[in-house]
Amino acid sequence: MLEKAFTGSKKYWTWIIFLLVLIGVGGIFYLRQFNIGLTLTGLSRDVSWGFYIAQFTFLVGVAASAVMVVLPYYLHNYKQFSKITILGEFLAIGAVVMCMLFIVVDMGQPLRAFNMFLYPTLNSMMFWDSVSLFGYLILNVIISMVTLGAERKGIAPPHWIKPVIIFSIPWAVSIHTVTAFLYSGLAARPFWMTAIMAPRFLATAFAAGPALLILIVLILRKLTKFDVGKEPIQKLAIIVTYAMILNVFFLLLEIFTAFYSGIHEHTLHFQLLYTGLEGNNILVPFMWASVVFAVIALYLMINPKTRVNEKFLIIGCASVFLSIWIDKGLGMIVAGFIPNPLGQTVMYAPTITEIMVSVGIYSIGILIITGLYKIALSVRNQLKYSTLPD
Amino acid sequence: MYDTMKILFGLFLFVAFFTAPLWFNSFGTPDYKPEIVYPENYDECIASKEYMNHYHMNILDDWRDQVVRADIRFFVKDGSPYLINGEKAQMSLSHTCMKCHDNKSEFCDRCHDYLAVKPYCWDCHVAPEEVKK
Amino acid sequence: MNRRNFIKIVSFGGAVTVATKLSIDAFSGTNANQHSGKRWAMVIDTRKCIAQGGECRKCIEACNDSHNIPKFENPKDEIHWIWKDKFKNAFITSENHYLPQKLNEQKVLLLCNHCDNPPCTNVCPTKATWKRDDGIVMMDWHRCIGCRYCIAACPYGSRSFNWRDPRQNIGNLRDDYPARTKGVVEKCTFCDELIARGGMPACVSACEEGALRFGDLNNPDSDVRKILLDNFSIRRKPELGTSPEVYYIV
Repeated sequence: MLEKAFTGSKKYWTWIIFLLVLIGVGGIFYLRQFNIGLTLTGLSRDVSWGFYIAQFTFLVGVAASAVMVVLPYYLHNYKQFSKITILGEFLAIGAVVMCMLFIVVDMGQPLRAFNMFLYPTLNSMMFWDSVSLFGYLILNVIISMVTLGAERKGIAPPHWIKPVIIFSIPWAVSIHTVTAFLYSGLAARPFWMTAIMAPRFLATAFAAGPALLILIVLILRKLTKFDVGKEPIQKLAIIVTYAMILNVFFLLLEIFTAFYSGIHEHTLHFQLLYTGLEGNNILVPFMWASVVFAVIALYLMINPKTRVNEKFLIIGCASVFLSIWIDKGLGMIVAGFIPNPLGQTVMYAPTITEIMVSVGIYSIGILIITGLYKIALSVRNQLKYSTLPD
Repeated sequence: MYDTMKILFGLFLFVAFFTAPLWFNSFGTPDYKPEIVYPENYDECIASKEYMNHYHMNILDDWRDQVVRADIRFFVKDGSPYLINGEKAQMSLSHTCMKCHDNKSEFCDRCHDYLAVKPYCWDCHVAPEEVKK
Repeated sequence: MNRRNFIKIVSFGGAVTVATKLSIDAFSGTNANQHSGKRWAMVIDTRKCIAQGGECRKCIEACNDSHNIPKFENPKDEIHWIWKDKFKNAFITSENHYLPQKLNEQKVLLLCNHCDNPPCTNVCPTKATWKRDDGIVMMDWHRCIGCRYCIAACPYGSRSFNWRDPRQNIGNLRDDYPARTKGVVEKCTFCDELIARGGMPACVSACEEGALRFGDLNNPDSDVRKILLDNFSIRRKPELGTSPEVYYIV
């Protein structure tokens, strides 16, 4: 079945080679960072986590979103999602691999990563995060390969896969709950020290992930013969809508708690993001762009007339994705560190090394997803140009 | 299998080529032995030459865990503290071993370089000769 | 047996082996505890830390010197085990604009507080930092994977990360203490190597004004217990439940 990823049209290979070039460039930048150290990033004694960890945080949500298609189909027999579950699972695989890669490039001593498993520390959320990410990857690989393999043979999947799939549902919720716990348990960082961190992670995951899935499905419809139909897309869109409403609502709740109480420890971080702090306003335009995207997204997704219209649906989903990416991938991590525990404002901006390594990692993820989708669509014989008979 | 004889022959060639260094070295004595310089006023070491040759890294790993993780700092041999010049010997490469073996390039590195062993301990730990500069 | 089954069996066997080792390790005991009831703490008398107009750095230089601490011009790479900052930053949660200007702007010494309930040791995924039974929050630079979770967890900004190899930037390289390498987190360890030999931390020995006191809180006759009994002291961010063991007399 895997060999299907290695045959394809000219367009397919051009895309693959393009991704490989980006991966190569990212690799070169990472090699330099590996040899010289993380000083090549914009990180400092005060802002010790930045772009890499922010991307990891965002992608954990995308990875977990597979559960949004798995749960209705397997737990509630919502047959409309039958064609889409494999795409969700493959997206999860790509996203989890990217998560792990972002953590590896952020580590000071990545060759010692196995220490986390040689000396397991049960009170550390990071240990549990690595366990849950790894487990989620294995779960999704097993589930997707078994179900797709069965589909390819034209038979029903073996009965033991059902409990594994059901098990993957709470496990998916756990991966970003644990990631949220990484942040929400730290007394040192009042910006993150909020119980609503985990619910926000859930809401953003279930908004950004399915939004991305909708966009991917529409792209696939353009590039291949694969058409999931209108119903699944609309159902996903409704899930995205509710999740996005909750996400924005939770954000407003946080802003209320911070500003009504007026506690500086809380307000200063929001000021950094939305109004600028002590002359440092680089994040302000980004955060307001996120707000604008969120407003556009909410309007287009809530209004049934625009949600049904695919042109507007695309803009709506892209807005959801971008809004959440800016919020989690640019704002959340950095704002936790500024001001620092001594009240000083030390700014951070990603360097070219961080950006290129991140581009490389995103390309790896997209490469994995491309290959896996190619396999899925080949199995279903849904490619525009027929492949060699197997 | 098609072309069985050709494949087996090629495989045999590959294995022979790949293991050639073993064959070259296993007959007769090796003609090169790294020359290491022992310290001049060398009284005794904490263990015999043969033992240290085999186990010096195990000893250092054990010392590392005892000193850093358990805060047990003084070397105990056969139940009693080991003394060097009347003082309790610390479980430390820098404070104990390298007080006698103070020339890393003429002692440690000779064998290490020959065997292409690069202990990454020196990424952090400082050899005495780096300081003398 | 076909290829698929072979891969399945090997993966499953490998997974079971790893899981068994993990389970055994997770429940293994902690390191030997043999410090006979000591609880180390430090008292900083800010009233006495005024030599050279408050610019005295003898303790900082002593620490930096004895521990191969590098000096970087680029502030983002800086490593600090003990350093000075303004009172109003050190005690940010006691905001008081009407404190005497001199006090608010006075530089106080900052270092790892060796908390009783350290948030940093709670989060370390490899136990590269842990709390000894004598109270010292210790570092193991062999095990640190450089994830910087402990830095995120420290409410006092006491920890530094080696963003690059420090060797070139060490002024006076010593071979009796490791220099550390890029990619690990470091901080003050209350000079555990000196205490093990019955000595005092380098900073305490270097201070000629008597501003730094160090001792065993569990010993009612110790320096630190006596000075804390007689003088009002404060600690940084006590409301966080970390119970820091560096006391400041103001």
